[in-house]
Amino acid sequence: MRKPLISGGIVFLIVLLFFAIMPSVYSNEDLFFQAMVYLALAQGVNILYGFTGYLPFGYVGFFGTGAYAASLCITLLHFPPVLGIIAGGLASVVLSILLSPLLRLSGAYFAIGSLAASQMVYYIVSNPSLQNITNGPYGINLESVYQPHTSYVTMIVILALVMGVVIYIRNSRFGLSLQAIREDPVSAGMAGVHVVRQRAIAWFLSALIAGLVGGAFAWHISVFYPTTVFDLNISIFAIVFTLFGGVTTVLGPVLGMFVLYGFYNLIGISEPQYFQLIYGILILLLVLFLPSGIVSIVKRRGHYVP
Amino acid sequence: MDTLLEATAINTGYGQLQVLWDNEIIVGKSERVVLLGANGAGKTTLLKAIMGLIPLWSGSIVFDGDHLEKKRTDERFQSGVSYMSEMGVIAGLTVEENLLIGGYYLNKQAQKQQLEKMYEQFPDLKQKRKNAGGSLSGGQRKMLGVAKALMSQPKLLVMDEPSAGLSPLFVKEVIDFLIKSTEESNLSLLIAEQNVKFLEIADRVYVLDGGRITFSGTVLELVANDAVKRAYFGLEGS
Repeated sequence: MRKPLISGGIVFLIVLLFFAIMPSVYSNEDLFFQAMVYLALAQGVNILYGFTGYLPFGYVGFFGTGAYAASLCITLLHFPPVLGIIAGGLASVVLSILLSPLLRLSGAYFAIGSLAASQMVYYIVSNPSLQNITNGPYGINLESVYQPHTSYVTMIVILALVMGVVIYIRNSRFGLSLQAIREDPVSAGMAGVHVVRQRAIAWFLSALIAGLVGGAFAWHISVFYPTTVFDLNISIFAIVFTLFGGVTTVLGPVLGMFVLYGFYNLIGISEPQYFQLIYGILILLLVLFLPSGIVSIVKRRGHYVP
Repeated sequence: MDTLLEATAINTGYGQLQVLWDNEIIVGKSERVVLLGANGAGKTTLLKAIMGLIPLWSGSIVFDGDHLEKKRTDERFQSGVSYMSEMGVIAGLTVEENLLIGGYYLNKQAQKQQLEKMYEQFPDLKQKRKNAGGSLSGGQRKMLGVAKALMSQPKLLVMDEPSAGLSPLFVKEVIDFLIKSTEESNLSLLIAEQNVKFLEIADRVYVLDGGRITFSGTVLELVANDAVKRAYFGLEGS
């Protein structure tokens, strides 16, 4: 037990130190902020998909809900930004409670169901008739509370919490029960695991993470539209990073994010045509030869991956 | 005999299709009961109804004084009924993770003690503790299934066809192990089987045919019952 915790702790420290130090080495704080956003979302997907087997194509729905709830609490209720972010996280949890009947579905049905739910939230938020509250399609402006450095530090704290939760789940009975449910819910129930409750906890936790990250994202960029925070690519990036690195580990999403997002920033903007090609080939190779992600190279040899 | 499990007037099925009619089964404390029946007789359905894996249409299930009808599967497990399905193993988890899940509701210390005990009884499992359950041979999987089901120190172990897919030699090993376990820990057994070899360990036998209990008694009574011999073993009565 101690060894896995130590190795998980090392990954935790390296990642957080990297994001704490890098802005003073390479002065593009926004790049590292975005990387933290994707890493935290990938870890949220990891909890839901890696540990319970639910693939949330509509994960961006929780992210967008968090962004909007935090922003509305800040603009309409005059919450301090950090409190607004917490409210954003809680709003996503409330949404996940409302959407919990989706957990009755499985496989592709759940994936499509969650996608439809996220689109539903998007259309509600961007509806012009709600312009008095959400400002409809015209988006949100948080320039009055714009503090990029403070929001960056807040995001580091959120990432630390998220990674701490994943390390706990990876090494706890709770995590083991989730993995048992993912593999065989009937057998897990027959071993005394409360399948419905454990799945629901993972679902709420995953929604909370996306909501908090959405809130921090809204504060950091300060001006955004519904299409910005309900962009389906956010879900896809988070899912692909997680699968590329390897699920049920804390290291997998870290590797996935660093390799793919790093690669995206290297040539994705300057040479988008080559990026799409190479990106596609990489994912194809992964699906064919390493379906359990990069970490499976080490796992196959019987080594523990934090 | 003190009664541990008493299932009475069990009626159930799948969708509109009734599979069991008024089944009654009783297992006493420290008793080994074999439920004998051919393929499709309804053995697995009866065990699933007892474990709460399919809804009960009518009837009652009392275990150690508690009514189980409205309890979930995990609550029934926590009451002290452990179930080993035909495979009994979670293929994607390692051997050790399977055992830990089996002892999920024990406190950490008790879980560790049980794990050591299982490794003592099944040294092969200790050697393969990091291997995935799905990578084991049929016999090893069965071994793991038994160990997993015993991790929680149950009062009653319900087993669905433990001999399925096993060589006669390994069936003998499983039987010997079950005799040893029941004698050491006052464990009760309810085993659904079509392999008559398991009659060796039975204190009492039920025969299930076409969804109805057609015989209940001791092995000696079973052997003397011409109707059962004709119906189940396909033998002419003497």
